[in-house]
Amino acid sequence: MSTILVFVEQSSGTARRASLECLSAAHATGMTVAAVVAGDASEKAAAGLGAYGATKVVALTGAGWSPDAVARDVVTVAKELGAKAFLAAATATGKDIAPRVAALLDSTLLSDCTALRAQGDALAATRPWLAGKAIATLTSSAPVFCATTRPNVFEAKQTGGQAEVVARPASTDGKAKITSVAEKSGDKLDVKEAPIVVSGGRGLRGPENFHLIEELAAAFGSAATGASRAVVDAGWRPHSEQVGQTGKTVSPQLYVAVGISGAIQHLAGMRTSKVIVAINKDADAPIFKIADYGLVGDAFEILPELTKAVAAARKR
Amino acid sequence: MKIVACIKRVPTTEAQAKVGADGKSLDPAGWQYMASFYDEIAVEAALQAKEKHGGDVTVLTLGPSEAAKEVREFLARGADVGVILKDADPSSRDPRWTAKALAAKVQALGADVVFTGRVATDRDHAAVGTMLATYLGWACVTEVVAIELGDGKGTAKRETEHGVETVEFALPAVITCNKGLNEPRRASLKGIMAVKTKTIAEEAPVDSGSQTQVVSVELPPARKAGRIVGEGAAGVAALVDALKNEAKIL
Ligand SMILES: Cc1cc2nc3c(=O)[nH]c(=O)nc-3n(C[C@H](O)[C@H](O)[C@H](O)COP(=O)(O)OP(=O)(O)OC[C@H]3O[C@@H](n4cnc5c(N)ncnc54)[C@H](O)[C@@H]3O)c2cc1C
Ligand SMILES: Nc1ncnc2c1ncn2[C@@H]1O[C@H](COP(=O)(O)O)[C@@H](O)[C@H]1O
Repeated sequence: MSTILVFVEQSSGTARRASLECLSAAHATGMTVAAVVAGDASEKAAAGLGAYGATKVVALTGAGWSPDAVARDVVTVAKELGAKAFLAAATATGKDIAPRVAALLDSTLLSDCTALRAQGDALAATRPWLAGKAIATLTSSAPVFCATTRPNVFEAKQTGGQAEVVARPASTDGKAKITSVAEKSGDKLDVKEAPIVVSGGRGLRGPENFHLIEELAAAFGSAATGASRAVVDAGWRPHSEQVGQTGKTVSPQLYVAVGISGAIQHLAGMRTSKVIVAINKDADAPIFKIADYGLVGDAFEILPELTKAVAAARKR
Repeated sequence: MKIVACIKRVPTTEAQAKVGADGKSLDPAGWQYMASFYDEIAVEAALQAKEKHGGDVTVLTLGPSEAAKEVREFLARGADVGVILKDADPSSRDPRWTAKALAAKVQALGADVVFTGRVATDRDHAAVGTMLATYLGWACVTEVVAIELGDGKGTAKRETEHGVETVEFALPAVITCNKGLNEPRRASLKGIMAVKTKTIAEEAPVDSGSQTQVVSVELPPARKAGRIVGEGAAGVAALVDALKNEAKIL
């Protein structure tokens, strides 16, 4: 059976959830799954990957990170294994590494895929065009089928297997090197990966009121805060929070849009969310057209009550 | 310094998707076009690099002759030369094809630094800049929000899920630009007048053969009709009830 190689991200020895989802997507193709994991503590992360379907894991050991060197090492592994396919999660790191791996294999890349299936002895992938206004299903005749998978779309499933782990030192001679990382404060989740996203728009009237959004997100538990472009452009929120066609595309279990009108560019970035809640004082706001549950009214009255009610519901 | 900014002509973000008659493409009827959002940032980064370090800026695009409109806009902002790698195929190329065609031209130009957008807002590959760098064998920093160029090297910052990374890189390099890097300037009236009649050179791109086949293009499934659960703070209980008992989220 041909091999599919998955690039797994980890931090402090824990594999990233989006990478486990990617492993499960690979496992579901029926191919033999191998994984490659890099960075400090990669060996510790490697040990757990058998449970998600990997039969062989190569841990590239050593501190320091150079994306071009990592990509070269991944390609060496892909060639050794004779991999017919390569996958990574479409996270900031996955999107940085995957195109390099693809180019080194002289193979094209299918980015941010939302479905993957075997078609004969090849693979077919489904991916968004125009930020999800359309969905294309594509096959690739590349020597190695290369794709990235969108976080939060595939389910990470334990298979109960065991992997053979091989450790080897990573290359260090990269043309670009990360010299420092200013870690985000606390364990704030990224909008792309969070299972719940609470977003605020211009209806919040000013940056001083976004604590209401943050408090609701905190009440939900593992939730990230998002924003419309209008409030990012106004400087109320960082652009890392922008959801939409020129921001991030998200597919959480629950998306709550507060004081957001629902412009086409915003909808493109969140319409694949499983459940959408809209809170807006204008009953005719376009956001209600795609919302599963709408609440018409003043966000300033609703948010404190909703935060209390959500916290209470989760306690029970 | 020889500076290149890569731009792609894409449908405006207002464009609605309609599946073409063949079921494998989008119908462009009624679309307006623009330079992709992040390419504006790439061109601005190129212009700022020229202002700081000297040299000239080439705006490079693979696309139809009509892209002359977008290229001209950037010449009006201060870019020196525009080049269109004229593509006979109106549908977008796969990222490998595009990266190889751009790489051949960038090599011929002898560039020191190339700026691209983080992603083009039509096919959302977020791959061409990085693949371009890899084909050239150059350094590449992606999703850059701050940059400093020096002698034969540079420093950039990029935003990721875990925080802001500082990256040191060697030149030549490809930088893929993210929102926050700069505020693109507008063209002056003088600049607009000066480029009005300028012809933009067209060349044939290197054709490396497509590796991608479209099986089908569809519109996303329509969402199930939702409902208004209530009004004001009085509706909160109904919303929480729906999230808990219907959506099973709480
Ligand atoms: C090239 C381009 C790219 C773009 N990309 C994006 C993108 O990626 N993401 C994005 O979001 N936008 C994007 N936009 C912008 C988009 O067109 C809208 O302008 C933007 O989404 C509007 O943001 P908003 O909903 O916060 O503000 P508004 O449209 O001003 O809506 C505010 C809403 O708040 C409601 N409101 C006001 N007060 C209250 C209150 N007290 N309580 C409850 N509700 C209240 C109002 O009824 C209104 O519906 C893009 C635009 C262009 C041209
Ligand atoms: N046809 C093209 N012509 C010129 N530059 C392009 C083209 N396609 C992509 N690019 C550049 O690569 C970036 C990323 O594009 P993509 O990988 O298609 O999302 C864009 O923002 C452009 O800077």
